[in-house]
Amino acid sequence: MEPPAKEQPWLMRTYSGYASARASNQLFRGNLAKGQTGLSIAFDLPTQTGYDSDHGLARGEVGKLGVPMRSLEDMETLFDQIPIERMNTSMTINAPAAWILALYLSAARRQGADLSQLRGTTQNDILKEYLSRGTYIFPPKASMRLAAEVIRYTFHRIPRWNPINICSYHLQESGADPVQELAFTLANAISVLDAVRDAGDIASADFPQVAGRFSFFLNSGIRFIEEMCKVRVFSRMWDRICRERYGVEDPALRRFRYGVQVNSLGLTERQPENNIARIIYEFLGVVLSRSARARSVQLPAWNEALGLPRPWDQQWSLRIQQILAHETDLLEYGDIFDGAPVIARKEKTLEEAAQAELDRVLEMGGAVEALENGYMKRSLVESNARRIREIETGRRVVVGVNRFTEGEPSPLTAGLQETFLTVDDAVENEQIEALRVFRSRRDGARAARALERLLEAVSAGENLMEASIGCAEAGVTTGEWADGLRSLFGEYRAPTGVSGVAGGGGASEEMRAVKRRVRQLSDLLGRNLKLLVGKPGLDGHSNGAEQVALKARDVGMEVVYEGIRLTPEQIAESALQEGVHVVGLSILSGSHLKLVPEVIRGLKERGLEKLPVLLGGVIPEDDIQKMPPDSIRRVFAPRDYNLNRIMSDIVDIVAAANSVTLP
Amino acid sequence: MDLRHAGISLEDIRSGKKTAIAGALNLLENRKPDESGLAAELIEALTRIARPRRHVIGITGPPGAGKSTLISRLIREYRSMGHGVGIMAVDPSSRRSGGALLGDRARIEHDPGDAGIFIRSMAAGRHLGGLAWRTRHCLTLLEAAYDRILLETTGVGQSETEIEQVADSVVYVVQPGSGDSLQFMKAGIMEIPHILVVNKADLKNPALKAFHELQGVAGLSGPREDGWTPALIRVSALEGWGQDQLVSALEDHYRFLSAGDLEKRRRRHRIQWAYLLFLERFGSQGAERLGGEERIFKRLDGLDVSNPFSALHELAQDMART
Repeated sequence: MEPPAKEQPWLMRTYSGYASARASNQLFRGNLAKGQTGLSIAFDLPTQTGYDSDHGLARGEVGKLGVPMRSLEDMETLFDQIPIERMNTSMTINAPAAWILALYLSAARRQGADLSQLRGTTQNDILKEYLSRGTYIFPPKASMRLAAEVIRYTFHRIPRWNPINICSYHLQESGADPVQELAFTLANAISVLDAVRDAGDIASADFPQVAGRFSFFLNSGIRFIEEMCKVRVFSRMWDRICRERYGVEDPALRRFRYGVQVNSLGLTERQPENNIARIIYEFLGVVLSRSARARSVQLPAWNEALGLPRPWDQQWSLRIQQILAHETDLLEYGDIFDGAPVIARKEKTLEEAAQAELDRVLEMGGAVEALENGYMKRSLVESNARRIREIETGRRVVVGVNRFTEGEPSPLTAGLQETFLTVDDAVENEQIEALRVFRSRRDGARAARALERLLEAVSAGENLMEASIGCAEAGVTTGEWADGLRSLFGEYRAPTGVSGVAGGGGASEEMRAVKRRVRQLSDLLGRNLKLLVGKPGLDGHSNGAEQVALKARDVGMEVVYEGIRLTPEQIAESALQEGVHVVGLSILSGSHLKLVPEVIRGLKERGLEKLPVLLGGVIPEDDIQKMPPDSIRRVFAPRDYNLNRIMSDIVDIVAAANSVTLP
Repeated sequence: MDLRHAGISLEDIRSGKKTAIAGALNLLENRKPDESGLAAELIEALTRIARPRRHVIGITGPPGAGKSTLISRLIREYRSMGHGVGIMAVDPSSRRSGGALLGDRARIEHDPGDAGIFIRSMAAGRHLGGLAWRTRHCLTLLEAAYDRILLETTGVGQSETEIEQVADSVVYVVQPGSGDSLQFMKAGIMEIPHILVVNKADLKNPALKAFHELQGVAGLSGPREDGWTPALIRVSALEGWGQDQLVSALEDHYRFLSAGDLEKRRRRHRIQWAYLLFLERFGSQGAERLGGEERIFKRLDGLDVSNPFSALHELAQDMART
């Protein structure tokens, strides 16, 4: 008997890029040498939000969560000795996707590549940025135009490119349940496809090819049977949408092509070695079923909840995939779930609920409308609040966190702080200097002309890709490109989603006790306890801030929450004008050392030096020592999942700061 | 304790110093009995230094009508005219917890570094009617510090009536295609707003429909009892047009009031306020003892109400005599 024919495994990626184009280039070359089969590029937050490294809002963020990409020069450095033509490059870039693609194409052209042969993916999925990830720049309709232009351009010029990668990943990280994940993601895809179709430059006979280029980026949580059913339902619903709404006849073009990063939300800071088990089970959900198997998978590192993973941590995650693909017999079989009645039933329930929710969104006018009117964000915040309540009450078990918490000290985490990959603060200054040199060396007049051309193209309603490539080649920077468009499109603040959320199901005894204490303290203070929740800097991960704001309201506080991307100055000013009793800052990007002292200074300038300030995020002990002495009353880490306890602590801190004693 | 000892400088408030304004607001919102004497004293002082050309504008309408965006545009217009702007945004409180999410601040676009803008959010608390219990106290303060005072409330029935009792001019905002205009007609509050705004007028057809619906409403077709003919305006805050028309309609209304009933209107507001202070202190049983609401209003009408707290004092003496 012949050995069974093995399926091709999925693409194995790791998400990387940091510090500088030069350093990231070395990291990439190392990963490629280890057998990694695709590149996945992370950009730093200033790049993702369209700011140059020397912009005020970029402070503390340059090179921190990814590579800074300001100009064609950076892109060429990033791909130094890496042949772009032979790469399959995935770029996590959204609001400025058209720009980053323009840089990539220009760099490829300079390497002498045949552009029509390039392969890769631009994430280019803007809606989830407003809902979850936070790196949006322009208002939704303008963003939708840019996204559609990337798709139309690549369709005509780079036919093998995946111009958009619609993400449900971040929706799950923001609390979406499988039904919401299905419905909102598909609504999103529909709104983009509609926009491309309505632009009218793709013949209707060619349109199925466009639909066929759409790919998706999913999340996979720990309930892996349900997750597997979810991906199968995704396949079926997408197939139906393509056929019925867009008349795609060829089944190959209706295939639900997706990549996966498994869930980071469920990874724990306590007993972090358990995360390896979680990662493996979550991984199974998206590879077990052959008919709905992921095309590419990236697994987080086991210690991601603690900070930025090292190359060794990433290698471990890569090995998990290699073992499943090459040692086990998984790839020798067809679909092992087709025809299983239990699976079919589960899928039916999921699909009906998802279709109903999708219909609701479409009835509102589609994903853009359901975004602008706050419906989708509110739904996610609600779901996440439910999830946290379940963990608090123990209804949802998290091993090592709310069950089986006793354990041996881990040899893996001993001395982890010191060996952690951290980005040197000097990097930021070097990058700012490099940018200054770049600007002084380029032909300024040429860059200005290219920018002018870009703005003309905006007003004329042209596809902006050509003009953007013109800008790339003329030495325009990322910040300049985005500023130019900001001047015409305007900027946007997405709905925070917290306002309309109903209070969560029956209060526990613990919560009632906190409520009582809030009322007592409010009476003693003479005004209702008022909290400002602030998110300084570019970090868009607002789950924590949202849940704290919501819980604070539910225990009777008055809460001012203005959403993401505030300057330290804005936060201090709001604290003053609103007359709050306490300020809570949430910073997850690691830039607390820059941002916190600035907020403290702002408060001091306004005579609010006595105002208690709390901090939430992943903040190493050493860093707390480096902040202005006594400026931070308390630091909450992700391990502080019990929000009632946090609220109770806030009451104590405010009482102490105002020298009142609770009965 | 007097104001100076409490660290409150009227001079700093008048000159728009934000730390002074914030501190005074904290005092005015305070409900501790030992602070209320000080608050009364502060309010008395503030009424004496109210800006002579101030204009208090109430902006109300259903949730989602785009009130905050509209306010952002008004701020920009008024700032370019050189006016300082004080904004008070009232949000409903959660019935269950008494807590509140004060979200308007996030939606009001403004330059946080601008010395001529001050925004305070307040929770309506358990007080019915859409305004916060201390809104009147705090407005007095903004009236001493800014020329234009914008008061935002969510229109949920009663608040339109109450905003009418504190604002010089009332603007009611609807968004097209939402049934807002129908709601408005049904709510029986057509006599209240001086200016109606169809927001999001970039939504062409639904906006025209809402416009025509409102045009047909009685009270918009001709002058009201007080002689004012309500203005109906289309604004697209998104595309940035119509706000100049809104500003000139507001200025028209202000001129109209100044030439006629402005002082009478404000006096009526203070009588109302004094009555509410009375109710806060003595309850409805107290009101019965003084012969009921109508009698008390008549009594107040004969008093100097420029400081509602001294009027309250008079009523308290009436109470002692009964």
